[in-house]
Amino acid sequence: MVESTLFTPWLAIIGGSLIGLAAVLLMWSKGRIAGISGIVAGALSERGEERTWRLSFLLGLFLGAILAAYFSGALAGVQSVASTPVLVVAGLLVGVGTRMGGGCTSGHGVCGISRFSQRSMVATVVFMASGAVTVFIVRHLLGEGV
Amino acid sequence: MSRLFIVLAGALFGAGITVSGMANPAKVQNFLDFTGQWDPSLALVMGAALLITTPGFFWVFKQQKPRFADAFALPTKKDVDTKLILGAVLFGAGWGLSGLCPAPALVALLTGASSFLVFALAMFSGILLHKQVFEK
Repeated sequence: MVESTLFTPWLAIIGGSLIGLAAVLLMWSKGRIAGISGIVAGALSERGEERTWRLSFLLGLFLGAILAAYFSGALAGVQSVASTPVLVVAGLLVGVGTRMGGGCTSGHGVCGISRFSQRSMVATVVFMASGAVTVFIVRHLLGEGV
Repeated sequence: MSRLFIVLAGALFGAGITVSGMANPAKVQNFLDFTGQWDPSLALVMGAALLITTPGFFWVFKQQKPRFADAFALPTKKDVDTKLILGAVLFGAGWGLSGLCPAPALVALLTGASSFLVFALAMFSGILLHKQVFEK
């Protein structure tokens, strides 16, 4: 099932700016990359301060999201249309893939590209292409979509 | 004091993901669906973030050190290797299948929907699996 969504340029620009500010603030204060896959991985497996600062960031992430959702209503009606087996496979792929590739949309796509990292530019092009091919196969070749 | 800034950075990040609509998997999949009902929102989210982080990091790196740490912790790898490419391919496939990448996957947990919990638990398992299998 394909749910159509509206192009929301202003909310995208405001949200993206907040994400950018967050990344600059974390680099200025703690000297770390705001890459969520790496922060989650560290929160799961590091100890001491290396775990504590990541948990603090994630606590903030949930608090900020709760506040923003309350005032914007942005999470109302948000649901996943994928089946449970697909979600399990996709979650494993995202977990393994982001660790193997050393980052995700935030770490490579935002922080890395703005540091002019060649690895991050390549990774971003590759995961976007891989995502687009996957959606094309699922929606247009397997016939789930329009 | 440093803790406060880190929590604030997280809060700005979480608010940004939420406001931008990126916690809605349909919006992300529609961005990746160039031949379907394309929704360009994600490009503007990344573009706006980059317009802040590019000059922002340039300014931050002119400081001798972070305000609350001894040094900047930046990746040291420079070469584009097989792991980088294969990892990005696998991540992209999971991203396309679900419409979820790590930060939106966490924010989506707030909806309380069990499907997002399933995804997040699988993602955590993938992270730990990679550590067990490949980081030995």
